This record gives sequence, C-alpha cells and structure tokens, in this order.
Amino acid sequence: MAAHVQTGKNYINEFAGLKSWLCSLDHKRIGVMYAIAVGIFFLVGGIFALLLRTELFSAGPTIMGANTYNQVMTYHGAVMVFMVIIPGIPAVLGNFFLPLHIGAKDVAFPRLNLLSWYVFMAGSILAISTLFTSKIDTGWTFYTPYSIRTSTATVTMVVAAFIMGISSILTGLNFIATTHTLRAPGMTMGRIPLFVWALYSTSILQVLATPVLGITLLLLVAERTLGIGIFDAALGGDPVLFQHFFWFYSHPAVYIMILPAMGIISEVITTFSRKTIFGYTAIAYSSLGIAAVSFFVWGHHMYVSGQSEIANVIFSALTILVGVPTAIKMFNWTATLYRGSIQFTTPMLYALGFLFLFAIGGVTGIMLALIGLDVHFHDTYFVVAHFHYVMVGGVLMALMSGMFYWLPKMSGKMYQESWARISFVFTFIGFNVTFFPQFILGSMGMPRRYFDYLPMYESLNRISTIGSYMIGFGFVVGLITVIRAIYSGPPAPANPWGGKTLEWTVASPPPHHNFDVEPVITAGPYEYR
Amino acid sequence: MWWLSLAKASSFAPTQATKIAAEWDSLYQFLLVSSLVACALLIGGMIYFVTKYRRKTNHDKTPYISHNSMLEFIWSFVPLVLFLMMFVWGWSLYYDMRTVPSNAKEVHVYGQQWLWQFEYKNGKKLNNEFVVPVGVPVKLIMTSKDVLHSFYVPSFRIKQDVIPGRYTDLWFQAEKLGEFHVFCTEYCGLDHSKMLAKLKVVPLEEYETWLATTTELTGGPGAQIYNDKGCVACHSLDGSPKVGPSFKGAFGKNSMMDDGTEVKVDENYLRESIVNPNVKTVKGFPKAVMPSFQGQLSEEDLTAIIEFIKNQK
Repeated sequence: MAAHVQTGKNYINEFAGLKSWLCSLDHKRIGVMYAIAVGIFFLVGGIFALLLRTELFSAGPTIMGANTYNQVMTYHGAVMVFMVIIPGIPAVLGNFFLPLHIGAKDVAFPRLNLLSWYVFMAGSILAISTLFTSKIDTGWTFYTPYSIRTSTATVTMVVAAFIMGISSILTGLNFIATTHTLRAPGMTMGRIPLFVWALYSTSILQVLATPVLGITLLLLVAERTLGIGIFDAALGGDPVLFQHFFWFYSHPAVYIMILPAMGIISEVITTFSRKTIFGYTAIAYSSLGIAAVSFFVWGHHMYVSGQSEIANVIFSALTILVGVPTAIKMFNWTATLYRGSIQFTTPMLYALGFLFLFAIGGVTGIMLALIGLDVHFHDTYFVVAHFHYVMVGGVLMALMSGMFYWLPKMSGKMYQESWARISFVFTFIGFNVTFFPQFILGSMGMPRRYFDYLPMYESLNRISTIGSYMIGFGFVVGLITVIRAIYSGPPAPANPWGGKTLEWTVASPPPHHNFDVEPVITAGPYEYR
Repeated sequence: MWWLSLAKASSFAPTQATKIAAEWDSLYQFLLVSSLVACALLIGGMIYFVTKYRRKTNHDKTPYISHNSMLEFIWSFVPLVLFLMMFVWGWSLYYDMRTVPSNAKEVHVYGQQWLWQFEYKNGKKLNNEFVVPVGVPVKLIMTSKDVLHSFYVPSFRIKQDVIPGRYTDLWFQAEKLGEFHVFCTEYCGLDHSKMLAKLKVVPLEEYETWLATTTELTGGPGAQIYNDKGCVACHSLDGSPKVGPSFKGAFGKNSMMDDGTEVKVDENYLRESIVNPNVKTVKGFPKAVMPSFQGQLSEEDLTAIIEFIKNQK
C-alpha cells in the first residue's frame, strides 16, 4: 500500500483512454462498467414507472392509450427485472468486491468476466432496440398463448432475455470458481465475509436455474417462428406448461435478486454498529437454505392457474418454509444492533430502511404463501405492492446502501452526507407512500396490469402516484450526490468507516492488483474486539 | 378508537357475500394482527436499539457477541410453528373453496378477448352479465376461446384462470342479494382492464322466471352471430368507437385506412375484414388485434353477419 500511496497509482489512473476500459480484464473496472450500464437502464426503467403512475393518477385514459400503457408496463417490468435488479448487485458490487473480500487479485476467469459484460450489453441493446421497432406488450412474464399471438417484437425481446441469461450464467460460474480457488491463505469458508456467502448462494442459483429460462425462451421462439405446438392450445400445446417452466427459473431469480442484497445488509450493519455479526453461521447457512428451497416453490405463482389442488397445497407448505430462514436473518440483523455503537451514515440509513421495508414485504409474503388467502390476492395490486416491497424496498435499498458504503472505495472520493440523507428520506418516505396504498387496493380487489380502473380505486391510486414522484426525486438527488462526489468530492481515506473486511486494508481507490502483499488471514471477517 | 378499525380485515376487503368470504376474512384478520405484532416487535426492537446504542464517541467499545444458540433456536422454532399453523388454516380454507357441493347448478363460462359469455343449461346465453339465485350453490365450468383469462369475483374472494383447450371450474353460494363485479385478472391484451362482467344475485323464484323467459334477439341470425362470436366486445352499434370501429352507419361509406388509402365499405370489404382482418386496418385503430374467423363461419353465417352490419344505419 505504501508504495502506491507514493506513486499515486490506482486501478483508475494506472491506464488511460476508453480502450483501456473497454478491453480491461480488471474486475474493478468491469464492475464500474456494469455500474454505468445498470445505472442508465435504471433511469430508463424508472421513467417507464413514472409514466405508468402518471397514467394511473386518474381513472380513464389521460396521457396514453391502452396499447401504449401495456407496452410501457411491459418495458418497465422487463428492464427492471432483466437489466437492473438481476445484474445489479452481483455484477456491479459483486464484481468489484468479491476478489477484494477474499484477498484475491482478480476473479478466476477475467476474460470470461469481460465477455459476460459484452454479452449483457448485447442482450440489453437488443432489448432496448425493440422500442424503436414494433414494441412488445406481453408483460415481462411472456405468458403463452398471448405472447405467441400478439404481433409485436416478442421474439426479439425473448432472444434478448436469452442472451442476458447467458451473461448471468457466466458471472455465476466465475464467482463460484473464484470463491473456491482464489481465497487468500487462511481465508477459510468460515471466514469469508457474509457478502461473499450471499454471492456464492446467488451464483449457484444463476448457474442452475438460468438454463431453464433459456430453454423455455427458445421453445417460445420455436413455437412462434416454426409453429411447433408446445404452449399454444390451438396448436396442441399446453399454456400452463409455459408457466411451470418460466417460474422454475423466475422464482429462484427472485432470490438471485434478494440474496446479494441481504449480503450487503450484513456488511453495512456490522460496520456501522462496530460490532461483530450476530450468528455468522446461521446467516451463511440460511442463504444456502433459501437458495435450496427456492427451487421447489415456483408453483406458488400458479395457485389459480389450473394446476392440481394437491400441487397447490404442497407448494404452499414449501413456500411457507422460506419464511423461516428469512425470519432468522431479520432477527440476526436486529440482534447485531444490540449494544452496538450505531452511526447514522447514509449507508446505515438505507440498511435500516431495508429492514423496515423487508419486514413488511416479509409478512405480506406469508399472507400470499397461504393458499386460501392468496386466491383473493392473486394478480391484484396486493401482489404488486408485496413484490415492490421486497424487490425495490429490499433490493434497491440495499443497492443504494452498498453504493454509498463503497463509493469512497470505488471512486476514492467522499460524498456529501447531507445531500445523500435527503435522497434517503425522499426515497424511503416516497416508497411507502407509493406502495402501501397498493396493499389496500389489492385487498379491495383491484387487479394488476389494468390500464383503467373503477372510480372507487381512484383516491388510493392518486396517493400512490404522488409517492412515485417522491421516489423519483429522491433517486435523482442520490444520483447527483454520487456524480458530484466522483468529480469534486474530497479524497477518501483507505478506511473511512472503520470496516474490518479486507477491502478497507488497501488504498482508496485500490491499486490495479488489489493487494501489494498477499494478505494472510488469521481471524473471522468482523473482529471488533 | 378509529385507528383500531384499520386492523380489521373487513375495512379493506370488498363486501362479504359468501360464507367462504367470511372464512377468508377471519384468516386475513388473524394474519393482519399477527403481522402487526411481528412488525411492531421487529421494527420496534430495531428503533429501540438504534436510539439506545447510538455512537457516542469514536472509540466506543462494543461487546463481542458471536451467537446465542438458545435464542437462535427459539426464533427459528417459534416462527416455524406459527407458519405451519397458518399454512394449515390456509389449506382448510382452500379445501372449502375447492369442494363443490353436489347439488350445484352449472353455468358455462367462455372467456374471450375482452368479453365474458355465460351459457345456461337451457341454452340461454348472455354477454358480460349473468344471474344466479341466492343461497344456492353454483358451479361455473369455464374455458377460453383464445388466450388466458382469469375469472375473479372480489366479493366472493374466489378466482380461477380460464384456459384455452381445457376446462377449469369455480363454485360459490351467494348469501347476499345485489350486483357484484367480475374482473379479468390474467393479462389478456389491449382491453384487459375493460373485461368486466356483472353478477346479479336474485331470489330463487325470480331467478327461475328469469331463466324461463327467453329474450328473442331482434335482428335475426346476424344478431345472434354478433353476440355469440363476440363481435360485440369490440364493435358497438351506437356509433361509439371501442377497440374496433362501430358498425353504426359503417356500410356504404368511404373509410380511411392506416396506410392512407381510401376503401369503400362494401360486402367484399366486410368479408375480407372478417376472414382476414389484418389486411386493411381503419386509421386510428390498433393493428393486428382482431382474430381471423376463417373457417369458423359458414357462407350463410357470413352473409347473415354482413346483412346485420348493413342494417345498422
């Protein structure tokens, strides 16, 4: 480290020029390139969200027609799921910090890592390109037989999702190999930070589940282009089969999104409580437990799809089991706060916001898991509110927490605390104002994916729309704070938060090869003694 | 205390019109209260800890607490037991939802893009509304003519997807007189949010007289096809544009197509628009939405529906 402080060389200024970034095999640079791409897609998906909410402000058509609404609804879902939340934490923060966390110079396959970025970009650009041709209006789930009949750019979008899936598999493969082979001497599996455990569990899901999505999407393309009857009843296929295949991937995908988020929360809470994590083993194994059970619960998306009643009951029982490891994590995080030394920095505020929103997302998840109860809630705004509480309230809060936590390390600059807190206040309050009324709308029976609604749902929809503008404002302030920090923030010290994991032992930003001397590990990751 | 009523399930859920709905409401009530308690404990504990253990100096010492097996066992085991209890309750509710009484009156339901059709045993057919007797179990046997739909009656807390190529079923026993909403809850394209039906619950005698009276459709066989084939879902007779152009005054005039050409609406244009609807689309209407009726209508049927359109002056 000392040598680098003298020369002032780090991963950012060691090489110069656009080509040095686009051809870089450095996991940190690839992480930054993912951050830029995902950030842009997040803005795109966010604009679609605001358009939707603006249309729903009043009953009846206002700023767009039904056709446009259905397209905007589809793009909001597809962009946010495939291009923001799935790659978000693993590809951005995972890429940057996994090798640093385990004391490695890079990931196991740096070339594959760069390839996965290019594959992701190819898929994303193909997906975005459909906006300029005939658009897609199937919803992000591509349910058959509607997706086979609607004459829009479904095939292109499906191929794009397939390509992004390949990128996801490559990243997962890389992370598994890295975790197994590149740990520094003394870094046993019982000493890796919990963020690494979370990424590891996620990677298993990416590698095992994503191929099923790929096969399903290819079958869909075959059916559309060659007229082979697989899912369309008119051709002799079974439309419900598509849902089984689709959710066999897309349910584990929910955990591909949330597990890394939970990893960030474990890191942030220990650092800002200045206290070791409560129940390291329980948190690590509950990640693996969630990953394992997640393969057997896809049927809870299909309680009213016409699948057999026995299957429904079994899926309900298995789904409720996911609640246990999730509850364990919540209790462990809360227990970590006990007798800690708690500092209210922006990352910590976002992490506490995560706990608050995830608690609500969790209990409503239990309601939806109960089969009899779900029959009424299924495909209503209750479900919309629930998954936004876990996906946005959970994943995005954790992503923001992680971005502010690691921004000093990634950029070498400190951000301005006051503005970052304003951003938190607006996103957190705005989030609740947007999505809490949707639980009530769902209880009242308002179906989702509705361009227009009955007048009795109007007042709650108005509140929801106002909340969405608050979220939008909060994120814009957050983005400006990050950009300002990168351009004109004061230089960050190596360890601004007093963290104990390995990334805080190297300079900010880290040198090109991460560690000048290979670290030797003699204790666990959170030794606040 | 008004805020306590916020924790009552019935304050959010729609009118409770069946016994199943009442059962559903009790389970929801239980979940709401236990969720509030769980959140209060968790979030309350969190807020208490973060305020009590705020950082005082930059050199605060914290205890090293790595785990506590007893505590961890309790907070794994207690939720597990609670969750399993809830699961069993949910299961028993579902069991009641799916156990159709043997004396249920059967009604056939067809979903098709943006229209619900109901057909009674005596051949009586209705679009977007149907009538059932109060206090008598009714079984709906449902299928779809095109894509997935889902039949949802919020006041009864029941829902079932409607699938092409097979039958699904749903039953209920209405305990309240009145009109109830039926929604489509499986996204089915352009006018998904307009695919609403009305369910009327009437006394048994009224239902029987209603069922026995057959309303003769004015307009002959063409009107029958207009209703049965679902033309009614998208083409109005009063001049108001819906998904497609209205039939009122359509015949004989010149219509502007979306490629800028002008076409005279005559018998052959109408015929082409029925069997091959995507060749020419009237300007201002969405393309490629209407399904082809090629092979579904006989020559006589085609003539009848075209005559029907001609008569809408």
